[in-house]
Amino acid sequence: MELNELLIWARGPAFNIALAIFVFGMLLRLFEILSLGRKEDLSAARGSGVAGGLRTILSRSLPRQTLFSREPLRIINGYLLHIGLFVVIFLYRPHIELFERLFGVSWMGLPTGVVDAVTAVTILSLFVALLIRIYNPVLRFISTPGDYLIWLVTLLPLVSGYMAYNHLLLGYTLMLTLHILSVELLLIVAPFTKLTHMFSFVLARWYQGYLAGRRGVES
Amino acid sequence: MSREIGNNPLDNGTFADHLEQNGVSRRGFLKFCTSMAAALALPAGSAEVMAEALAAAKRPTVIWLSFQECTGCTESITRSHTPTIENLIFDYISLDYHHTLQVAAGLQAEEARDQAMKAAYGKYLLIVDGAIPIKDGGIYSTIAGRTNLSMLEEAAAGAAALISVGTCAAYGGLPMAHPNPTGAVPVTDIVKDKPVMNIPGCPPIGLVMTSAIAHFLTFGRLPEMDQLGRPKAFYGDSIHDRCYRRPFYDRGLFAKAFDDEGARKGWCLYELGCKGPTTHNACATMKWNDGTSFPIESGHPCLGCSEPNFWDAGGFYEALSVPQSRMGETILKAGAVGVGVGAVAAALNQRNKAATVAAQETMTVDALKKES
Amino acid sequence: MSKPSIEKGVNFIKGQIDAPVASFFSSCIHCGLCAEACLFYTETGDPKQTPINKVEPMRRVWEQEFTVLGKLKSMVGLGKPVDEKVFSEWETLVYDGCSLCGRCSLVCPVGNDISGMIRKIREGFSAAGHAPEGLISATQRAVEIGSPMGVKLPAVKAQIRHLQADTGLSVPLDQQGAEYMVLLSSMEIMNFPEYLEAIARIMKQAGKSWTISSTAFEATNSGIQIGVSDLAKVIVERVVDAAEALGVKTVISPECGHAYTAIRWDGPNLIGRPYKFEVKHILEVLDELTVAGLIQTEGMETAKLTYHDPCQIARKGGIVEAPRRLLNQVASNFIEMSEPGVMNWCCSGGGGVSANERADEIKLTAFRRKKSQLDELKVETLVTACANCRLTLEEGLEANGMDIPVVGLTEMVAEHLVEDGTQKESAS
Ligand code: SF4
Ligand code: SF4
Ligand code: SF4
Repeated sequence: MELNELLIWARGPAFNIALAIFVFGMLLRLFEILSLGRKEDLSAARGSGVAGGLRTILSRSLPRQTLFSREPLRIINGYLLHIGLFVVIFLYRPHIELFERLFGVSWMGLPTGVVDAVTAVTILSLFVALLIRIYNPVLRFISTPGDYLIWLVTLLPLVSGYMAYNHLLLGYTLMLTLHILSVELLLIVAPFTKLTHMFSFVLARWYQGYLAGRRGVES
Repeated sequence: MSREIGNNPLDNGTFADHLEQNGVSRRGFLKFCTSMAAALALPAGSAEVMAEALAAAKRPTVIWLSFQECTGCTESITRSHTPTIENLIFDYISLDYHHTLQVAAGLQAEEARDQAMKAAYGKYLLIVDGAIPIKDGGIYSTIAGRTNLSMLEEAAAGAAALISVGTCAAYGGLPMAHPNPTGAVPVTDIVKDKPVMNIPGCPPIGLVMTSAIAHFLTFGRLPEMDQLGRPKAFYGDSIHDRCYRRPFYDRGLFAKAFDDEGARKGWCLYELGCKGPTTHNACATMKWNDGTSFPIESGHPCLGCSEPNFWDAGGFYEALSVPQSRMGETILKAGAVGVGVGAVAAALNQRNKAATVAAQETMTVDALKKES
Repeated sequence: MSKPSIEKGVNFIKGQIDAPVASFFSSCIHCGLCAEACLFYTETGDPKQTPINKVEPMRRVWEQEFTVLGKLKSMVGLGKPVDEKVFSEWETLVYDGCSLCGRCSLVCPVGNDISGMIRKIREGFSAAGHAPEGLISATQRAVEIGSPMGVKLPAVKAQIRHLQADTGLSVPLDQQGAEYMVLLSSMEIMNFPEYLEAIARIMKQAGKSWTISSTAFEATNSGIQIGVSDLAKVIVERVVDAAEALGVKTVISPECGHAYTAIRWDGPNLIGRPYKFEVKHILEVLDELTVAGLIQTEGMETAKLTYHDPCQIARKGGIVEAPRRLLNQVASNFIEMSEPGVMNWCCSGGGGVSANERADEIKLTAFRRKKSQLDELKVETLVTACANCRLTLEEGLEANGMDIPVVGLTEMVAEHLVEDGTQKESAS
């Protein structure tokens, strides 16, 4: 297959397949979760569950002081990783083009050079995360092959995108193709791994926040 | 400017004679060789070697076959406004057969080709533009009753080397685009045992072609080529790497319409579908029409015309990062299947759980104890 | 009634899995941060004590039973087992290594209520016959005798008689239509009789009608701690029946934190309907009475003291400000512990840990967290509002040779209560 044919395939049919699996898988997971239901809480509420749920969806993005003082590196690194991913995915103009095509809305991007630098930081943070996973006794103990898999499928698009932009190792066209293919891999893998947390965290926070909100406790 | 192929007055002279006749000074010629050597990225000192070899070069036989093509390539290559040395090279070579340019027609023309082939068997340069249809025995394009396929096979057998001019000859181009009704293929699909150089582009830049011929004349072989058979010297960089709008790309400043503020300010055309990043060609450096401009400079995104399959690579005005699939439709369909399968999975989960809970006996203190 | 079995255990775990649990397992990215919040990990350094690991068997059941992928995995033999070995191995993590303090739930970045899941998984472990002896017998006593410590009505009556003889205060028993029905925890009956006295004095001063039920005086609910909802329901029903029969307006939970959680939050869900009365923690009532001006205090403790927030009262109960208002009213040298309020560290004995002798050792190890918090402060008195915390703290302090008295907040308030009789005395 010619390189360009591969690129055309990656941008066309392959993307379709990956997107279809992603959408299908995520919906399936959502149904699986919601179908299990939740008993109505009959205790007299002290506060609002809805307010608590909504609040927790946001507030859980900030670390507790107690945790931050114990694990500053892990928390800062987590921020770098997630903010980095956000910037790289959503604030890079060529990516915004894609979203515009998909959702019909567009927004401001960042200078490509900035995104490039953020990508480098994000890649670094992934490696720091890996080192922590390997060297921290708790993480080493609870980590499963799936955790390393999602690490890898998150890393690949970042590295290939970075290398394509900076003309490293392989020609741009091939790298761009690999970049697109790696994103497709991510899309395919996401619904069936812990990457589901990209959506389900909202549910998790909502449920805990709702419970806490009814009790009038912080969460 | 018209050229009368096959009527060259200097049939037997060297290229030096030819230049002299056209009033080109030795100094001018050396200058030309220097720039040609530079264009071809030859090592230092090559200019002199080239000058010497070129000056002494005998007029080579060149046969030009046109198949499924639009004549744009010929147009591009013969287009010139001043009689430059490049053009003189082109004049000088003996285009013994080119059915667009030659005066001869019909039987006479075919005979000229036969003669030229016989006379220079094993030594002539074969230039091809256009793709070759091979479906149904190649009947979709014929010349003088012969299929392109058989004509190419025959001509290639006696050629020293081949040059595929234009994306159609090089990679199949438009004729091969989906759904490829004639079964068009590029030259390299048919000719496997001869050196073939691709000068892709729709059309390619004339100077690139001339330089390649100069190289052939000088060294008796084709210049260094990349994996896609293109002379590295001209196709080594992507348009994007050499694009003067690149600083805007890096700063994230993009024109979003052909008539917006960004377009007027000359911002990057990525979002208007520019394929510069994945396109290898010399447009951004050599430009067109005697160095006047090139598409991006005149405000139009690069179409990626020198790359294989460029016709099938999605809309010309779609950004490279936008997948060429019907995403909305995919999402709807996959979503529908997801909802369907999800509903089934959900129903199973609910039944599973309900049955489990229903089957649970009420716990008692005794039920806590293993032995009692 | 069938004997406990692994199959039953798995089924009970399965029955506990709901949408929140599924969303929690779907979201956990194994960041390990919950470990840093759990005193059973921080003090032992044992990765097995990572909160989310404590519910791993539940995760397996969820994956295998309720996800398509998990079912496929099981079909090709990739599913991880939930067998006798797993139950034996996890038993100590699920019961001995968790006080249901809820600290882990508050730090999880994706919002997993891990503590809530540990409460749920215990349903399966008890059904599988893997509940600790200590908790089984406490539950048995609670169900059969009426109190986990085996306290019977005569013991309560005896205490009431003593109280009346000593102080002349009256303790109404089974008084129809009283405003408040006061619950006790066995620990208060057996170890801290001061509590009942404090209540009697405060109620008298506030001029409120109150009563103790002869059929439901005990508030603690071992059924919740061991994780058997059916039994927890039996225990809670007694209170509900008594309160509704007496027609009281409000049931007052004693200082005991788990009792509060059981009666306040779990109860209606166990019996399947809302109550016809309100439930308040004693601190809430004290706070209300004070704010309403019905009780006043005088004099100040001058000793340097701090307050231990019981997990179930503060973090899970939302009662954080009331104790501080009350304390500041009666103590001049009250200082906060590090990480006070919602994020306070557990005493180490909650969630059934203190009723489970097997956990004594790990409990004392985990107590080191509280010890170091106290070491920082160098206080003379430790105040709390949970009889179970109080016992655990006393034990821990003693084991560490620390001489800090632990006082219940209610008693402290009662001690400074302005009583009509005494007020005159002090005024004259
Ligand atoms: S106009 Fe095209 S080639 Fe030029 S910088 Fe933009 S994307 Fe690259
Ligand atoms: S509830 Fe408390 S004791 Fe239990 S695992 Fe969580 S932090 Fe540890
Ligand atoms: S803190 Fe939450 S996400 Fe992290 S390991 Fe624990 S349960 Fe999982």
